[in-house]
Amino acid sequence: MYVVIAGGGKVGANVARSLIAMEHEVTIVEQRRDRVAQLEEEFGHAAMLGDATEIAVLERAGIARPPDLVLAVTGDDEDNLVISQLAREGYGVEKVIARVNDPRNQETFDLLGVSRTVCATSGLLGLVEHEVPEHGLVRLLELRREGLEVVEVQVVADSPAAGQRVSGLSLPEGSRLVSVMRNGTAEIAVGETVIHPGDQVVAILKPGAEDQLRRALVG
Amino acid sequence: MKAVIIGCGRVGSSVALQLAGEEWDVTCIDEDENALARLGSWKGGFVVGHGMDRDILEEGGAAEAHAAVVATDGDNSNIVIGQILQRRYSIQCVVVRVLDPARAEFYEKLGLRTVCPTQTAISTLVHAVRACEVGTVAQAAS
Repeated sequence: MYVVIAGGGKVGANVARSLIAMEHEVTIVEQRRDRVAQLEEEFGHAAMLGDATEIAVLERAGIARPPDLVLAVTGDDEDNLVISQLAREGYGVEKVIARVNDPRNQETFDLLGVSRTVCATSGLLGLVEHEVPEHGLVRLLELRREGLEVVEVQVVADSPAAGQRVSGLSLPEGSRLVSVMRNGTAEIAVGETVIHPGDQVVAILKPGAEDQLRRALVG
Repeated sequence: MKAVIIGCGRVGSSVALQLAGEEWDVTCIDEDENALARLGSWKGGFVVGHGMDRDILEEGGAAEAHAAVVATDGDNSNIVIGQILQRRYSIQCVVVRVLDPARAEFYEKLGLRTVCPTQTAISTLVHAVRACEVGTVAQAAS
């Protein structure tokens, strides 16, 4: 497939290398002249100098073909948003993936309809939360476009859910318990499943119900 | 009537001053606190911060604004902030400065009101050359 990568920093270059190894055709667009010189050493003609938020530059990179995939992975969120919109709305590129540098800008990507995003900072924070279970609720998976997420909660001795049957819990609308993990073994949560202190409970829910779910399970 | 101006440089500050003189209640937002000096003895609002920042926009009154002008020195920032103001705060009159004519035209088609000073300069210059009627003068001289 043909992939245009906007942004030739560490992320762009490493993704390009992997895609080329998988025998995909790649063009990397980078606006810093010195960085392009480095990219050319490794990627030859696949590296291109220019500001990928300029329509003429995107056209030179073959945006009108259109590419099967555009990756907007510069270090600037506004640039990534504009590149994504130009690719999708302007040239009908079906698959566009954008990098979110500042997690506070995630809501702007959602608002502007740039829905396939990757945010390294949020990912790291998710892992940090996972390592600190008393933090409350850990996001395991977030399906933004589908409006669904999977979370994990650690139940402790004084949690309201401890000792309760799943059927007896007052869970928020639009949420379900999926499984209960105890001593390294997971079992599917059904109405009769009793939750014990120390259990790790996995739930599926609509975004927005996190706080209610947390209160119902761990207080 | 409330207006919020994002980017208080030469253009933004002049727009703010003119609107304030026409009885608009104007708040300016700029990253640089020194931008306030461009407004002279300013009686309107002034917020220091980035226009991508939700708290800053709301402190600047974006939620109550009837009009917004986005004129920071970055085209892409202006384009993104303009769309935020349109979509999140449903401000009907959002005008965005975009220096690149190609991007200005593209976003105009997507429903953003863009003003492109570069395109205006090009048209004005071409018009000025045409208005010289050099051809007619040269013909008359020969």
